[in-house]
Amino acid sequence: MKVAVVDESAARASIIVEGLAELAGCELFVLTDRRGLLSEIEKIAPDIVLIDLGNPSRDVLEEYFVVSRALARPIAMFVDESDDDAIAASIDAGVSAYVVDGLSANRIRPLLDLAVRRFNAFARLQTDLAEAKGKLAERDTVDRAKRILMDSKKVTEPEAYGELRRKAMSSNKRIFEIAEAVVTAHELMGGAE
Amino acid sequence: MSEQLTIGFLPLVDACLPILAHEHGFAKEEGLHLTFVRDVSWATVLDRLLYGHTDAAHLVAPLAIATTLGRGRPAQPLSAPFVLGLNGNAVTLSSELAARVVTPGLFGDPRACGEELRVEAAAALERGRKLRFGVVHRYSSHNYKLRYWLAASGIRPDEDVEIVTVAPPFVADALGTGEIDGACVGEPWNSVCVERGVGTIVLATAQIWRRGVEKVLAMREPVLEAKRPQVEALIRAMRKAGRHFINSQTWDDSAEILARPEYLGADAALIYRSIADRLILTPGGRPVHYPDFMFQHSEAANFPWVSQAQWLYSQMVRWDHLEFSSEDAETAARVFRPDVYRSALKGTGDALPGANSKVEGSLDQPMQVSTQQGTITLSPNAFFDGSSFDPARIEDYLDGLP
Repeated sequence: MKVAVVDESAARASIIVEGLAELAGCELFVLTDRRGLLSEIEKIAPDIVLIDLGNPSRDVLEEYFVVSRALARPIAMFVDESDDDAIAASIDAGVSAYVVDGLSANRIRPLLDLAVRRFNAFARLQTDLAEAKGKLAERDTVDRAKRILMDSKKVTEPEAYGELRRKAMSSNKRIFEIAEAVVTAHELMGGAE
Repeated sequence: MSEQLTIGFLPLVDACLPILAHEHGFAKEEGLHLTFVRDVSWATVLDRLLYGHTDAAHLVAPLAIATTLGRGRPAQPLSAPFVLGLNGNAVTLSSELAARVVTPGLFGDPRACGEELRVEAAAALERGRKLRFGVVHRYSSHNYKLRYWLAASGIRPDEDVEIVTVAPPFVADALGTGEIDGACVGEPWNSVCVERGVGTIVLATAQIWRRGVEKVLAMREPVLEAKRPQVEALIRAMRKAGRHFINSQTWDDSAEILARPEYLGADAALIYRSIADRLILTPGGRPVHYPDFMFQHSEAANFPWVSQAQWLYSQMVRWDHLEFSSEDAETAARVFRPDVYRSALKGTGDALPGANSKVEGSLDQPMQVSTQQGTITLSPNAFFDGSSFDPARIEDYLDGLP
């Protein structure tokens, strides 16, 4: 069974492919480039095509499947077909599947389930990464606010931090919000970076 | 107590009415809270609608009909109670080709430009490399208007040239690399081509059909029935947004809102051009005013004329090479829901036409039409080749087309 994974994110594609590699009898192809996509698909003649919902090439791909003269052309899987839940889950996860007619459900199902799990896992990774980045950015702002206070009020680092914390507690805000206000004010007053 | 509605859209200027209804508080006035889901392909906008991620969607009108008829997928009944606007698209050609078929910097005359293009298409065919045009979707008004113009100009769209699907954000790229020679696409993507120096705008789709239907607000039929009061509230809010949108005082502001990353994520100056009906057609050129380039409000522009759905069905028959079926024609006609539009606006000061259907393209001068409430004077609404579409005689119409 030939499976093509179309994804502009090479990172996500590799995570999905790694998951699908567990399945026996699957030959996997990864397509990340918009250019030449259709000719690649034509060459591969996949039984299943997985493409992320956020891929702008979806309309192009669907159009190709409609007009393709190939006998075994993949068509989109839809709600009213037997495997409602699997398809709904895949849409929720952000992946759409195109499958050639006649491929039995018990061959598609495990593959789709795995793809969905991998998509969800990737989404979680991204959320974690975004959170981690957010925290780093917050810490950076707090550091800058501390330096501003240390310079302008000639206080030590723990004292500067103490002031930020006191202000946060008394105004019922987070330390980061106070720090952000300090940095913004400093910039407005023409303070150097 | 505010009711939630989630609306899917593609980053195009004609997604403006629901967005502005939200941003200017018109939705809130009607007791609605709108949230938006931005996507980059019509396939995904449609999937989210069908699987319930969204309640309603900004959708190319023919796709709503194709989905209802089960073209390419199992049939799912969709309803369109509101037309989001008329026209607003353009034909952009590679600057080299444009210079051979129009005077760059002016909108072409669709007949003369079509005639020149026919010569170019024939020459390209002779050289063994057909001219290739991009459209945003097989089931889009872009595709149907481009094909209408080509066919009426003596160019057979499926034989003499090639028409391929290109996602709007990639149109400029595809023109730049020579992958396509031209495209019919919505704004701001024509202006992006001009700005990047890869294309010249030669025609507005409004020149092909002066009052051609464009995007609709589409919903699953059962969802429309279940959320009828909210949908009617949304229709009222979008009518208010439309009144606001066409006031020239608001253009800068609208362009700035639509430009935000969560909506179009594009340059406000480019968006402004289509809102103001003043497009820059050539790289470094001056704005050219073409009135009603996009038409979002006046003359009951949002009214879902059943005859418009029927025209779209006629084009589906024409280009998908289907047998005309009066049953399908009926099903397609029912996608447009003037009854919902009427009940939403009944008793407001807004104008409602008296009829649900009209002969499309029949007006060559302004005409005051009978109304249910208010007054409506329809402007000329011609097709460029002078033909008109009588929804009672779709088969005759199809027989008469080239």
